[in-house]
Amino acid sequence: MSREIAVVSFVQTEHTGADAGLSETEMLAPLITEIKERTGQKRFGFTCSGSNDYLAGAPFSFVSALDAVGAWPPISESHVEMDAAWALYEAWVKLLHGEIDTALVYGFGKSSQGVQREIATAQLDPYHLAPLGVDQVSLAALQARAYLDRAGVKEDDLRAVAARSRAAGHDNPYALHLDEPDAGEEYDVAPLRPYDIAPITDGAAAIVLAAGDKARELCERPAWIRGIDHRSDPHSPGARDLSRSESARIAGEKAGAAGVEVAELHAAFTHEELILREALGIGEATAVNPSGGPLSANPVMATGLIRIGEAAARIHDGTATRVLGHATAGPCLQQNLVCVLSGEK
Amino acid sequence: MPSETTSDAAVEPNHVLEFPGGYTRSVGPVIGRFLSELRDGRLVGVRTRDGRVLVPPTEYDPDTGEDVTDEFVPVGPAGTVKTWSWVATPGRRHPFDRPFAWALVQPDGADTALLHALDLGVFENGAKPPKLLKTGMRVRPKWRAERTGAVGDIECFLPEVTMISAPTRLEYRVKGGRAMERFLEGISEGRIIGHRCGVCGQVIVPMKGLCPRDGVPTTEEVELPDTGTVTTFAVNNLPDPRAPEVPFVSAYILLDGAGLTMLALVAGIPADQVRMGMRVKAAWRPREEWGATMANIRWFEPLDEPDVPFDEIKDYL
Repeated sequence: MSREIAVVSFVQTEHTGADAGLSETEMLAPLITEIKERTGQKRFGFTCSGSNDYLAGAPFSFVSALDAVGAWPPISESHVEMDAAWALYEAWVKLLHGEIDTALVYGFGKSSQGVQREIATAQLDPYHLAPLGVDQVSLAALQARAYLDRAGVKEDDLRAVAARSRAAGHDNPYALHLDEPDAGEEYDVAPLRPYDIAPITDGAAAIVLAAGDKARELCERPAWIRGIDHRSDPHSPGARDLSRSESARIAGEKAGAAGVEVAELHAAFTHEELILREALGIGEATAVNPSGGPLSANPVMATGLIRIGEAAARIHDGTATRVLGHATAGPCLQQNLVCVLSGEK
Repeated sequence: MPSETTSDAAVEPNHVLEFPGGYTRSVGPVIGRFLSELRDGRLVGVRTRDGRVLVPPTEYDPDTGEDVTDEFVPVGPAGTVKTWSWVATPGRRHPFDRPFAWALVQPDGADTALLHALDLGVFENGAKPPKLLKTGMRVRPKWRAERTGAVGDIECFLPEVTMISAPTRLEYRVKGGRAMERFLEGISEGRIIGHRCGVCGQVIVPMKGLCPRDGVPTTEEVELPDTGTVTTFAVNNLPDPRAPEVPFVSAYILLDGAGLTMLALVAGIPADQVRMGMRVKAAWRPREEWGATMANIRWFEPLDEPDVPFDEIKDYL
């Protein structure tokens, strides 16, 4: 890699479990103001966002979010219809070109406005999957079943993931503060119970990337991107071994996942954390989702970006030296992105 | 011969020939095999001595009169239409009571073709042949669930799937956000409220709580008049429930004092007389119909004022 690029600033909303009456743009605007103030930058070499029109139920809904950025005179801008972690990837590539020194990345989502699990059906193959009406939680439950059967893991182990995540979330002022999982809860879609499923959340997040000396100028301890890679599994859930995540394994290998102290994993279901731990070779020595993870706050389309931001924040505050942020998209962990960051060598 | 397909209006017959319960026929080993396979949901042909495959099979090669071999060959089930006819007004013994085609279908792997009905969908009686119906089109059998060993075990042929319809409906509870809520509160009182940007000074209406130009929060409220100027417009020829008639005009309107245009309908003037720079005024619904909705303003109507020169509106297109 010819150019060193770092996460130099990370901000997020205080996420809410219900509609707080703010439009997406209103939710985002204070964040953009905050990250401009923190970095002292009014304009950025590149701006890239991640969001989903189906969430807002309106075409090109990301365009109105640009109002929050102050896009006049015209800025260099792009958007991905994916989690904003992929917007960060695009910005990283753009920075590698060497023509710009800073990039603003943001993601936002209000899953309170619709039925998230049904909205996710719209991302499925329209020939064999979507017409069945199979929803996101039902698909995740298929994967959970496959994993439990293969790994010999019990539903209690899933609840332990939820319990740890929710407890950690209580220490995170931006997360929802959810009760300890109740072992007596009935199934949602078996084998998943409500606490196995990330909560409905509204929220947004933003990150500023900077290259080389610009990063050192903007941040005392830049979180340098040492490796970033994203991979995809086949879309059809019947065309792959659902109990494993091969794409996460490869992305982790390419990005250098081994030996991180902190891993922020985009696991929106308890079993996904276990599958990802295995795929990324994360052992007991690594702190997983100290922020509470998606099971404590899941502002979709920002959740993955927040994982990278939370991991980078551990470098920024000096509590860790090598960390990992992971993001996923698609049904049943179809696509996986791994970003490994560290402080100065 | 009188055509049953075109004029079968119920003429009361005065003579009937019928074999109650149906005439029994033995089918022999060749046709029997074909029908038995049909009952199992399979399409087979028989091979002739010179290697051709006959579907439906006969005991003999129609070209030479020689016995066929005893080799039955799975064919199709997809096939190609070799020729067709279109029944625009079905008769009472037809397999459909709506327009359909007859087709000679040559199943893949066969050297001959099978006659069957071809269902191309729902058409009004008398309809012209659909464009889709062509020699060479690809079709497949539609099997009956309950089969008896008859050619009718195939209910009809259907075109191969080339298109699906993918209905989408998602449901939301959408809030417009705080700024929009405040704007509509004004509209419910017959007032048009905007925000003035503290940096560039432009008035944003409807306000968004921030300036899209500068990306800074805005709070200073400004009330604007309901008069303005058409900066650009489109003539729409598809009906819209909000518009008075077709064609109707949707336009960008720069309210007097505003820094941004808003999209609205223009009426009260023939579509071909709407102009860039034309002065307009809001036509409000009767006060008792007002709510917190932009529907309070039905549309904008022309004002009897001179047009605004293009130079003054060129930045608001």
